[in-house]
Amino acid sequence: MATRSTPRSTQQSSSAPRRAAVIGGNRIPFARANSTYSHASNQDMLTATLDGLVARFGLAGEQVGEVVAGAVLKHSRDFNLTRESVLGSSLAPTTPAYDVQQACGTGLEAAILVANKIALGQIDSGIAGGTDTASDAPIALNEGLRQTLLAANRAKTPVQRAKALTGLRPNQLVPSIPQNVEPRTGLSMGEHMAQTAKQWGVSREAQDEIAAASHQHLAAAYDRGFFDDLLTPFKGLTRDQNLRPDSSVEKLAKLNPVFGKGPDATMTAGNSTPLTDGAAAVLLGSDEWAAERGLPVLAHVVDAQTAAVDYVTGHEGLLMAPAYALPKLLERQGMKLQDFDLVEIHEAFASTVLCTLAAWESEEFCRDRLGLDAPIGELDRSKLNVNGSSLAAGHPFAATGGRIVASLAKALHEKGSGARGLISVCAAGGQGVMAILEAA
Amino acid sequence: MAGVYAGFVSSPIGKKLATQLGLPRPVRLRRYAADAPLVDGPVLVAGLGSAPIAARVRDLLKAQDVDVVGEVAQGTKLGAVVVDLTEAATPADLEVLRSTVAPTLRSLRPSARVVVVGRDPRDADGFAQSAVRRSLEGITRSIGKELRAGATANLVLVRDGADGGVDSTVRFLLSGRSAYVDGQVIRVGEGTPAEPADWAEPLAGKVAVVTGAARGIGASIAEVLARDGATVVCVDVPSAGEALARTANKVGGTALQLDVTAADAGRRILEHAQSRHGGLDIVVHNAGITRDKLLANMDDSRWASVLSVNLESILRMNETLLGDNGIRDGGHVVLVSSIAGIAGNRGQTNYAASKAGVIGLVDAMSTDERLRKRGITVNAVAPGFIETEMTAKVPFATREVGRLLNSLSQGGLPIDVAETIAYFGQDASAAVNGNVVRVCGQSLLGA
Ligand SMILES: NC(=O)c1ccc[n+]([C@@H]2O[C@H](COP(=O)([O-])OP(=O)(O)OC[C@H]3O[C@@H](n4cnc5c(N)ncnc54)[C@H](O)[C@@H]3O)[C@@H](O)[C@H]2O)c1
Repeated sequence: MATRSTPRSTQQSSSAPRRAAVIGGNRIPFARANSTYSHASNQDMLTATLDGLVARFGLAGEQVGEVVAGAVLKHSRDFNLTRESVLGSSLAPTTPAYDVQQACGTGLEAAILVANKIALGQIDSGIAGGTDTASDAPIALNEGLRQTLLAANRAKTPVQRAKALTGLRPNQLVPSIPQNVEPRTGLSMGEHMAQTAKQWGVSREAQDEIAAASHQHLAAAYDRGFFDDLLTPFKGLTRDQNLRPDSSVEKLAKLNPVFGKGPDATMTAGNSTPLTDGAAAVLLGSDEWAAERGLPVLAHVVDAQTAAVDYVTGHEGLLMAPAYALPKLLERQGMKLQDFDLVEIHEAFASTVLCTLAAWESEEFCRDRLGLDAPIGELDRSKLNVNGSSLAAGHPFAATGGRIVASLAKALHEKGSGARGLISVCAAGGQGVMAILEAA
Repeated sequence: MAGVYAGFVSSPIGKKLATQLGLPRPVRLRRYAADAPLVDGPVLVAGLGSAPIAARVRDLLKAQDVDVVGEVAQGTKLGAVVVDLTEAATPADLEVLRSTVAPTLRSLRPSARVVVVGRDPRDADGFAQSAVRRSLEGITRSIGKELRAGATANLVLVRDGADGGVDSTVRFLLSGRSAYVDGQVIRVGEGTPAEPADWAEPLAGKVAVVTGAARGIGASIAEVLARDGATVVCVDVPSAGEALARTANKVGGTALQLDVTAADAGRRILEHAQSRHGGLDIVVHNAGITRDKLLANMDDSRWASVLSVNLESILRMNETLLGDNGIRDGGHVVLVSSIAGIAGNRGQTNYAASKAGVIGLVDAMSTDERLRKRGITVNAVAPGFIETEMTAKVPFATREVGRLLNSLSQGGLPIDVAETIAYFGQDASAAVNGNVVRVCGQSLLGA
């Protein structure tokens, strides 16, 4: 284990709240959109994920404190998605549940919420998760049609209703399909990222290196059985469908850019995450709750931090918020970035990772934007996303947090007690969620 | 269970034809149900001389409120016949068996039981006693073939001084749990059986591991062990995880995704059982595969993979599972062989090698000094034709033949194999060691 600048006590002071334990996790393999899981709903996937978790930890018929999960692309009928999934699962029907939504930060935020309630002693155990499907996405009525129908519904007499319905127009039959577009800028996330990448001068080659490493690391993790107790197959899929074990910088170099304009566009389908379907969940609890059941404690949730940036005016890049969350965490924990044994930076795009790292290395950014005396500094790349990340696994938005928390907790546990890991997840709306785990 | 043939002979036309042609008509077998009595109907218990086992059985049955009779009354139909020939010394003594059992055979209820009890020929004193003890096996197997309507006949051989260990076996054979066990010999020997607090939950408080639990026979084993009170660790390959989770959640156990051929499989199973459930009492090595080919066409990978999963993995895992810090003293190991391992099967040299090897393993382990000292029993089931996804792959004609070539004229169900395994897993069966019980409906193959 790496030595640290400031010795930290891993003991909790008696007045501090207890730390929530990460006991384990489960996810289904992530599928490429409009493929194997085309006919699986968010509820199907979340239920299957919960059932796999329940089986792994022997919780059939048991009540856990709370199940917290969410989806980014959500049907209106799924207003109680998590509770409905609990009712369809093998958990006791008396298990309370609620939905959360913080774009791509949903899964990690759910874990933080559960961990905090455990820390406060409000619950002794909980499951945090998320699910998303880009295949079974909600299609909304055309806004004009919706307004017309609502008007007709408000009508008190048949004549009024008939009059309201004369507002119908053929073009209103074109449905409104959810788009990966920021409502306030009209730009897609990829276009936003392309701007930031250009700003930071992130090269195509560096991005392809990140992507190739993601695939190679994920494949290696599968091969050594790392996911045997983190994953339960679903609909015949036993590995992430997007994974290309033979991916290489040379192969990735052949792809044409899809985001950004002109000859210096660098972002391709290979170094951007594909649309994916899937779900993930994490089991958290107090140490006592785990011990009573003979369950392992892989890690503890040490701290968490969110941040948001003003991307609308163009002051900051859409996906740069985690860069701002980190210094607060480091200060609170008396740590340096280099103290972490493992770091997970969600690969929304390879360039997201590279821009974030570049920002932390930049004296100017750290001084002017983060108000720091010295730059946060360089991260040893051998600690980064060691078991692959979203570029290889895929990124069913709300499922990513659960995937990372469980995998990181296990990887830290393998490193040995006291090892610390950092999680960074960027999210739509210019937000970022971060958390620190420490191996038990 | 409902093969094409079975469906046909239970249709109105089929029934008529089958009767006219004297074709076998499979009946629905009596199987275990929580609320069903141990035996369906009065039990005739008789024997030769002092008949010590008969006396035990009478007590056992009376305690269960089973009606025990000494002879068949006019018009009554018996649920079972138990005849104790432990004192048979010469061939002339066999007349007692004839005169006791013969009059009952037309007065048996469907799925009735004939249980013959004798002594082990290995303990015989002199030629005549050895001969007559062995005669019991021939008689019992022949009765099995004569019986109709789901009735079975089995022989229990009790070693000298082991009478106290016979209860779990008698109960098993009389009950619906032994539905598809027919024409078998079960040996009861040394060991200190512990009567369960509640015979409805004979495995209460025990921790069991079942490999290959995602589906088929393994899933059924997990269910039966859990029904009988055990906490079950369900093991299967990671790629079968979805079905494995279903089994584990159904039985309220835990799912452990691992390949039994992995070098550390034994350690991971043991760690899981001990950390999660506090120990390990019952190990069921059920995971198995077939890769059929005529030997003439057999390649090395088919050969090796079957031996690796069905036999080598068991040897390797047992080093850890049966080590000093492994399974608890008084624990039970159950292996899954096959009639192919006894009779051989065309196209299954690799499979038969592995399943015959399993029997060799039972022989050696059940007599191993160290395991004997620790009171660990080792037994195997050898399933015949059982209706699972494995046998669904068998070509149609072979499958129909497999279903019919046995005394019960039907394939067995996974639960039939599971029930036998659960019986081996009881502490009440501590004196049942080194047996290979075929769950085959008295199949003609390898008989
Ligand atoms: N079905 C029959 O008629 C019959 C007859 C005789 C013997 N058997 C034996 O009964 C046992 C169960 O058979 P079944 O019919 O239920 O078969 P099945 O194929 O339905 O189930 C076998 C299970 O074992 C699992 N398995 C295979 N290789 C494994 C490995 N390396 N690690 C962990 N799990 C593994 C499979 O995934 C599967 O879930 C086998 O040992 C088989 O040889 C079956």
